[in-house]
Amino acid sequence: MTRLKDGIASGRLSATEYRDNFVDLHPPLDDHEAFVAADRCYFCHDAPCMTACPTSIDIPLFIREIATGNPLGSAKTIFRQNILGGMCARVCPTEQLCEEACVREAAEGKPVEIGRLQRYATDKAMAANAQFFGRAPSTGKRVAIVGAGPAGLACAHRLAMHGHAVEIFEAKKKSGGLNEYGIAAYKTVDGFARAEVDYVAAIGGIEIRNGKALGRDFSLADLTGEYDAVFLGMGLGGVNALEAKGEDADGVCDAVDFIADLRQAKNLGKLDIGRRVVVIGGGMTAIDAAIQSKLLGAEEVTICYRRGADAMKASRFEQELAAAKGVTIRHWLAPKKILSDKGKVEGIKLEYTEEKKGRLEMTGESLKLACDQVFKAIGQKLVADDLGDGAPALERGKIKVDDEGRTSLAGVWAGGDCSSTGDDLTVSAVAQGRDAAESINKSITGR
Amino acid sequence: MADLRSNFVGIKSPNPFWLASAPPTDKAYNVERAFKAGWGGVVWKTLGEEGPPVVNVNGPRYGAIWGADRRLLGLNNIELITDRDLYVNLREIKQVKKDWPDRAVVVSLMVPCEEESWKAILPLVEETGADGIELNFGCPHGMSERGMGAAVGQVPEYVEMVVRWCKANTRMPVITKLTPNITDIRKPARAAHAAGTDAVSLINTINSITSVNLDTFAPEPTIDGKGTHGGYCGPAVKPIALSMVSEIARDSECAGLPISAIGGITTWRDAAEFMAMGAGNVQVCTAVMTYGFKIVQEMISGLENWMDAKGHATLADFAGRAVPNVTDWQYLNLNYITKARIDQDKCIKCGRCYIACEDTSHQAITAMKDGQRHFEVQDNECVACNLCVDVCPVEGCITMERLEAGALDQRTGKKVSADYANWTTHPNNPMATEAAE
Ligand SMILES: Cc1cc2nc3c(=O)[nH]c(=O)nc-3n(C[C@H](O)[C@H](O)[C@H](O)COP(=O)(O)OP(=O)(O)OC[C@H]3O[C@@H](n4cnc5c(N)ncnc54)[C@H](O)[C@@H]3O)c2cc1C
Ligand SMILES: Cc1cc2nc3c(=O)[nH]c(=O)nc-3n(C[C@H](O)[C@H](O)[C@H](O)COP(=O)(O)O)c2cc1C
Ligand code: SF4
Ligand code: SF4
Ligand code: SF4
Repeated sequence: MTRLKDGIASGRLSATEYRDNFVDLHPPLDDHEAFVAADRCYFCHDAPCMTACPTSIDIPLFIREIATGNPLGSAKTIFRQNILGGMCARVCPTEQLCEEACVREAAEGKPVEIGRLQRYATDKAMAANAQFFGRAPSTGKRVAIVGAGPAGLACAHRLAMHGHAVEIFEAKKKSGGLNEYGIAAYKTVDGFARAEVDYVAAIGGIEIRNGKALGRDFSLADLTGEYDAVFLGMGLGGVNALEAKGEDADGVCDAVDFIADLRQAKNLGKLDIGRRVVVIGGGMTAIDAAIQSKLLGAEEVTICYRRGADAMKASRFEQELAAAKGVTIRHWLAPKKILSDKGKVEGIKLEYTEEKKGRLEMTGESLKLACDQVFKAIGQKLVADDLGDGAPALERGKIKVDDEGRTSLAGVWAGGDCSSTGDDLTVSAVAQGRDAAESINKSITGR
Repeated sequence: MADLRSNFVGIKSPNPFWLASAPPTDKAYNVERAFKAGWGGVVWKTLGEEGPPVVNVNGPRYGAIWGADRRLLGLNNIELITDRDLYVNLREIKQVKKDWPDRAVVVSLMVPCEEESWKAILPLVEETGADGIELNFGCPHGMSERGMGAAVGQVPEYVEMVVRWCKANTRMPVITKLTPNITDIRKPARAAHAAGTDAVSLINTINSITSVNLDTFAPEPTIDGKGTHGGYCGPAVKPIALSMVSEIARDSECAGLPISAIGGITTWRDAAEFMAMGAGNVQVCTAVMTYGFKIVQEMISGLENWMDAKGHATLADFAGRAVPNVTDWQYLNLNYITKARIDQDKCIKCGRCYIACEDTSHQAITAMKDGQRHFEVQDNECVACNLCVDVCPVEGCITMERLEAGALDQRTGKKVSADYANWTTHPNNPMATEAAE
């Protein structure tokens, strides 16, 4: 029986099971549900939800526009601040952002469903292919952007609005960054990431050059020489090492690569997954890798995190979601050694940790878990080499920027995960890309 | 246990909840279901004169407005009086009354404004054994175009004339149903009273158009591209009905005139309010058209529990108790001074009170304190308008608290007086009379 086959194998489930497992996490609201959900909003003054949104969407206004049967007006309100409002509606950990701040969360533990309402409005607009923003007359200025992820796309759209010509250099075949390769499959079904890139680019004046990588095909100096400004939105392409012995064994994989393969898979039944999977990490990537392992048919999936539940970067909701899908989350465990037989993973040895005076310490006690596959999800890092000689200054391994997104190099801006202000959220990347565009615009037009 | 038995102008019913004359009382089938559910009485759907019955439109006859979750807030209709044969109705009325002797069966009537027509129909109704008649002077659409319904109800002289004819030609109690589509509801009530009506009932429906279809530019409900005004009823009309009931209840010329209250009554609470406002019983239409007859069970148990809790043994114990507290604006105590108070533990910091007061009232609420979101009333600006209370989403979060006599009103800089003083004696009133000793 393939379902319980030992080791790493594909085709553990039936075609229907694969389909059912990867449906939309939060199905869209229909019209009536949207009216009811919208009616719960109090239209707060100086709304706390709006302050909590990294892109400062006017939430009370867009919800009121839904309530009055004006979804296109609502979508415009959203896109004015966040042109990737459609993706953010799907992937934002709203329970840590707007919905956490919603006064109805404080009052009754049941916030207005801002994320789903945002999706309702943006879906309507995108289905109608309604474009709300045009381009200002051409300025003759040209801006180069590295990376077609959320930061790069948001930056490009805002620059195009201001009348500049934008070229995006994207190393991968497809655009969208982690929207296309990273976000959990059940959060963005039906090729939404792709559709959104097209929607954003439809404003015009944005040229995306796929398969063009900084550091490989051109240098930063090439860009600064040729363009009026450069924006770096290259994300974090590298993966941190486990620092556990035996890490090179067969079956130790990078969680981000696993998810990227899954996102691009045409047939989920062809994807390999272990019968027993251990995921090391405590963030969104760890949760997503664990849940999707389970959904692919792994029998046992355990997340091991070296601190307690409160320290996990994954939100409470994400943790609960994982638990509901049958993932076991274990805390206070740090990986020590990958156990293998003939080069293949057969287990992992972990050491118990504890916190003493705010510092994490090893206890000397250890535990062995049998498993066929280990996913590393302990964070990504900037591939600084791509920046080459004369790279901008870094800060804690990321490109140092000021509050307008300016790097230490004149004419070079950065934003999103690769920048020092990045915080591993799509919505923050959008905000930083957009704000850098405003700063670039000011700088190159002298206004 | 509270005793809900009701005696309205000699008509007895096990509880004060009657169904108003409308579709729910159109035929024996409905009425029997209503009685089985527990309704105390019915006013049968309005009968017209002998002959071919009226016809209704064959397209939609109702329109509505809703809350976001499709809660029906107001209903509008362009239905006419019964479209069934007079004798079929009379036969059914007789049978129902025979089968349900303890329930009230009142028959609503609307015939042309000629004495002969009334003389013809009254004995027919009397023969059924019905408990009384209700004169439909209210229907605002269709029938009024034919000189009946509201066309009569809007002219006090006609009301008086028809009531006299009825009182002269039947021994049955006469209830005169009033239209609200008039400037002063007391005028037709006085006319009916003068003519000897046993009671008035109100309100009938209010002229209304619920909406305009923005694709076809036709009013709703739309019949082949056209629409007409209909009669508005349901929860939305309750405040209007309550006010009209109060005006009759406190009118000295109508003193002692029994009132059957109608208009938006949906719960036991609405019923209790109307009865406290001087109604002897209540009639319900839209609420049952929305939820079915079973709601009477909630109305009965709710009223009983409230009466028990308050120690009211019978309906008479609280009847009319609110009437003496309705007065004219000029007699309101201007020395009654309150200030809004925000309970910081209940406040969820939505800021609605702030923006309402700041943008549209008296700039009396602050939105920040020490750099934090914090909403607090400034007594030196608060005029106690109550807007903040009304817009606050949290019940009981903002309250109006009275300043004790002798306290300083920071807005006016004056001490609060313990004396009652109203506009009639206020120095700013050019017509002020000497303060009464
Ligand atoms: C598995 C996973 C799940 C996540 N889930 C969520 C979630 O649910 N919600 C949420 O808010 N956030 C989530 N995140 C975080 C979120 O995806 C990122 O914060 C966001 O995508 C950052 O956007 P970005 O534009 O800065 O970088 P990226 O999305 O990483 O885009 C960078 C782009 O630059 C390209 N690039 C890189 N190097 C070069 C080069 N040298 N030359 C040219 N192009 C280059 C890359 O190919 C990529 O397209 C998740 C992240 C991961 C890894
Ligand atoms: C569809 C419909 C038909 C009505 N027909 C009559 C009628 O024939 N005779 C009458 O006196 N009132 C009629 N009315 C008015 C009701 O009896 C009642 O006065 C009014 O609806 C207000 O009460 P409510 O708010 O409980 O519905 C009708 C109301 C509706 C909704
Ligand atoms: S905080 Fe909640 S209730 Fe207030 S505006 Fe935002 S979504 Fe609406
Ligand atoms: S009562 Fe009126 S004036 Fe006073 S705080 Fe409230 S809204 Fe402002
Ligand atoms: S309206 Fe009520 S809940 Fe909202 S801020 Fe004011 S007092 Fe607080």
